[in-house]
Amino acid sequence: MSKVAIIGVGQSKFVRQYPGSIRELVFDGFKEAVADAGITAGDIGASVVCSAPEYDKQRSPAGVLAEYLGLNPQPTFYVESLCSSSSTGLRLAYALVTSGLHSVVAVLGFQKMSEISSSESQERMGRGADIQWESPFGTMMPAYYAMYARAHMETYGTSPDDLALIRVKAATYGQLNDRAVYRKPVTFDMFGDPNNRMSGPVASPLRVGDCCANADGSSCIIVANEEKTKAFGRKPVWILGTGAATASVNLAGRDLFTGLSAAREAARQAYDMAGVTPEDVDVAEVHDCFTIAELMAYEDLGFAEPGKGRELIRSKATYKEGRIPVNVDGGLLSKGHPIGATGGSQIRTIVLQLRGEAGDIQVKDPAVGLVHNIGGVGLYGNVTILGRDS
Amino acid sequence: MSTVKEVDDRFKRFGTVSFTGISKINDFIDHLDDGRVTGTRCTDCGRAFFPPRADCCQCRTSRMQWFDIAGRGRLVTYSRLAFAPVGFQDDVPYCIALLDYGDYKVFGRIAADLPEEDLKIGMEMVTTVNTLPNGQLNYVFKKKR
Repeated sequence: MSKVAIIGVGQSKFVRQYPGSIRELVFDGFKEAVADAGITAGDIGASVVCSAPEYDKQRSPAGVLAEYLGLNPQPTFYVESLCSSSSTGLRLAYALVTSGLHSVVAVLGFQKMSEISSSESQERMGRGADIQWESPFGTMMPAYYAMYARAHMETYGTSPDDLALIRVKAATYGQLNDRAVYRKPVTFDMFGDPNNRMSGPVASPLRVGDCCANADGSSCIIVANEEKTKAFGRKPVWILGTGAATASVNLAGRDLFTGLSAAREAARQAYDMAGVTPEDVDVAEVHDCFTIAELMAYEDLGFAEPGKGRELIRSKATYKEGRIPVNVDGGLLSKGHPIGATGGSQIRTIVLQLRGEAGDIQVKDPAVGLVHNIGGVGLYGNVTILGRDS
Repeated sequence: MSTVKEVDDRFKRFGTVSFTGISKINDFIDHLDDGRVTGTRCTDCGRAFFPPRADCCQCRTSRMQWFDIAGRGRLVTYSRLAFAPVGFQDDVPYCIALLDYGDYKVFGRIAADLPEEDLKIGMEMVTTVNTLPNGQLNYVFKKKR
């Protein structure tokens, strides 16, 4: 198959309430990615717009955004896979380029969640689960992930303290990320202090500190075929592998509660396609919408054996200087989670890492990076493996 | 003669807030009224489904038979919610949970009078019909007698 490179990356600041419309929000990420790629809007043959539409007042935002960004008359495609929308968009862009239909494609992820209240937003999030058979019981995303945390703790002896360590790591790096929503320090002791907000219950055994926050934000990833990549002359990062999988929406249809089967299947595909193993990965971004999600990702991606994920965080192996640095941009826990923009933000971080342009959070000389982006409670799983020019 | 077509939206009675009314398995609600929680079984391949389905994805047929969720299931996992989505605030706190019956699993709520401290993964529980304070119907998990 022909090679596909990422030639430009951008993202807006992730904020609690963006002071503008969705067009202006998407423009922020797009402008940065186009400048990064050193191209113009006219060089882009098609766009893929990624978001969860239940937050938008605008119907069919893809066409509206394409016009605002100067991408008429090129075609645009809208994709949605909940929180994994923009890595699904990247996979679609990969297919559009390798098929020969388009040589340069922009993947635009965005979400402006602030137009609805937090509880309304939780209710919409909960409807990413089974609305006929689960939502009538009053489900929410934190509660589903909490059920996985409970099962993981019971099966393997993982503790709430292990999860707290993951949040402490996230905050360590979130403080360095000027695009992140949450930039305050978080200490382990906060989780043991009943008067500290971090220790407050959300859905047992998860506490406030275990959960990421809603945010407004946008991301943009520009991909190109080999010929265009060479012509533009920018430092390329190649897509070595892409894996995507699904699982039953209703937990009643699942057999695994200590990991996400869709993530495991997507990882298997991506490793096979890239011809690499978990040991080859030098830096990773994983979908830490909740601390337990990062811990399960360690295991689902093969960085640790099932049940041993806690050893990675206890030994700081997933810190910047560790064996396998994970979420050294602060993760969703620090950056916030603007659904449709999140995957693109993760991809941007890995691209900057592989180029050696990650600044304060630069990992030493990485050659292979991995992005794990999950939709719903493992309803969708996308794993993407990237490599620098060799 | 009335020209109004009757709409079968019985499913809107399911749960504290229902997001669905029209479904081909609406007899499920009549069964709840009778004190039964039911799933469906494909008469061709024998596969049991819970939640009940009108169609078998294995055989791609719609020849299904109702069966009762009876006996004991084992508690797979659970969580107690300190916050609730819109429409569920009056129910807080409550526990959602999953029971494993072997051939199928059931997602639902723990009975309101059973404290979280009494729950233990692996414990045997039963599924029973429950009428909510707002008159809606659901089912809850209780300790086996």
